Amino acid sequence: MLPNKAKCLALLGGVLAALSAATASAQMLINGAGATFPFPIYSKWFNEYAKVDPSVQFNYQSIGSGGGQKQILSETVDFGASDGPMSDDNLARAPRTLWHFPTVAGADVITYNLPGNPKLKIDGPTIAGIFLGTITKWNDPAISGRNPGVNLPDMDIVVIHRSDGSGTTYIFTDYLSKVSPAWKEKVGKGTSVSWPSGIGGKGNEGVSGQIKQVPGSVGYIELAYAKQNQLAYADVKNSAGNYITPSIESVTEALATADIPDDFRFSMVNPPGAQAYPISGATWLLVYAEQKDHAKGEKLVQFLKWAYSDGEKLAPGLNYAPLPDALIKRALERVQSIKY
Amino acid sequence: MSTPSSTSILPAPGSRFPNIAFKWAAGLAAAMIIVLIILVGWELYAGSRLSLSKFGAGFLWSSEWDPVAEKYGALPFIFGTLVSSLLALLIAVPLGVATALFLTELAPMRMRQPITMAIEMLAAVPSVIFGLWGIFVLIPWLRDHLFVWLKHTLGFLPLFQGPIYGVSMLAAGVIIAIMILPIVTSISREILRSVPNLQREAAYALGATRWEVLRIAVLSYARRGLFGAAILGLGRALGETMAVTMVIGNRPQISASLFAPGYTLASVIANEFTEATTDLYLSSLFELGLVLLAVTILVNIAAQIMLKGITGSVSSKVA
Repeated sequence: MLPNKAKCLALLGGVLAALSAATASAQMLINGAGATFPFPIYSKWFNEYAKVDPSVQFNYQSIGSGGGQKQILSETVDFGASDGPMSDDNLARAPRTLWHFPTVAGADVITYNLPGNPKLKIDGPTIAGIFLGTITKWNDPAISGRNPGVNLPDMDIVVIHRSDGSGTTYIFTDYLSKVSPAWKEKVGKGTSVSWPSGIGGKGNEGVSGQIKQVPGSVGYIELAYAKQNQLAYADVKNSAGNYITPSIESVTEALATADIPDDFRFSMVNPPGAQAYPISGATWLLVYAEQKDHAKGEKLVQFLKWAYSDGEKLAPGLNYAPLPDALIKRALERVQSIKY
Repeated sequence: MSTPSSTSILPAPGSRFPNIAFKWAAGLAAAMIIVLIILVGWELYAGSRLSLSKFGAGFLWSSEWDPVAEKYGALPFIFGTLVSSLLALLIAVPLGVATALFLTELAPMRMRQPITMAIEMLAAVPSVIFGLWGIFVLIPWLRDHLFVWLKHTLGFLPLFQGPIYGVSMLAAGVIIAIMILPIVTSISREILRSVPNLQREAAYALGATRWEVLRIAVLSYARRGLFGAAILGLGRALGETMAVTMVIGNRPQISASLFAPGYTLASVIANEFTEATTDLYLSSLFELGLVLLAVTILVNIAAQIMLKGITGSVSSKVA
């Protein structure tokens, strides 16, 4: 009985809250939809921004990058969000100029389950070999040669990858396509790909769950997730030849040294920076250059300015890499030129 | 059905309105189901037009699923859906029917209610919980014990060869079996309860043992209904998504080994729909939905045909 009563009360409370929210809304509502990867930081931003400007409320549905691109193209939302830059085909379908705004970046780490979980060093072609299924044993010279002093067992490597379409997979396959011609030719890059080997786990939790369970397994997960769950992960060799531990600083360094074109549709994997972690990627907001609704456009621009100044400072606390100052400056200039 | 003639219990004779209104309301409710299925089918068809025109029937027997090259085929998913569901039935139906027999025929009266409740509680456990339990509890056990044992004793069969990862077609079958067990059991129980006592008494009167009574009088009388219970379980199994996705390994391949990972229609839709950015990709996912609907309908039709084969008569009804 009691739980029922409690439920009723909760429901009533919810209805009342909804009603009062509705009556209080001379408040403007700005809708967005898209990527799931940046959802924690975006909801933090919208919460914080509500204190800065109480007259506007942001509503963000993390339905996935595909949905975000679709909805902004059909203009059912005021802004979209995507973990990968839009393809030329999709962008050409936009009714007006649609701009990409990079917000934060994240990284993929290579995590594994080995006896004692030693710290490993690994390079791009080796990762590609493992995921292509050509390197099948942990004591393969490609791995042991880079890890003198680590006792690598004669154990089968079990590859675990994401089964659900995700920005994490996009970053990972983007990286492998860049460092391994064989990968580029056989598999390519995308939010889902046709995996040559291994088994699929759903979400970061699915992959890390499998890795914990299967001895000898290896997989890739988001840096933020690996940090929160204290998983072992490898240092990866970057294009300058250094082995880099994935961290917020080494990802921001990657952003700072990546070649970023004028339309902000960039890939930041394997950048030239000496201290840059190579397997990382940004996430974007998608905003029309000309806003149809003057009032909404104005609020959106104000929010973006806030996000690039105060918002970026919140990123490290949630394990996202903030943009480097030079890139923030470029993005802010673009924000200024949004017409409303 | 036809209107009953027991008008005497109605307070005010004369008005036929309530009768007619009820008939229409009930008819409408029944029609809604048909309309709903047609609408779902239509929506899926409309969504998959692009993929239908691009791949044609080849979609059904292509084994390739490559979102990068935009080549899509449904065969490994159809295979995975059918095999995992059949495995689940093979495990759940004997268990469910045996449990139902125990509950209706053998268990002491005061044990029946608690056991029944416990089984029905199983049905209330969310799918994702079964999935997590599968990953962290069931799969390690299957991998280290049951699968190893199967490989040792039955390893000469192609079904039990190859490397053992844990996540596999067989693990998915076991998880689905647990999930459809409540529905199979409770329907079987209702069926067995509806077997007239006269049947049992007649068999006893002929000097049958308890086992013979169950076999001749109860089970053979109820087999049609029990088959129906299995079919309802199968319907559940075909569409089960979340828990399956977590334990099947999500690998679109057709392998003879039950230890190998597989993939189902429902799982690939759940996995890839949110991040599908190109039209053809989305359309192919829609077509997988259409295929799933078709597979479900075909399996049910096949079951109906088999049902007629079993009983040879069409007069008695499935509960």
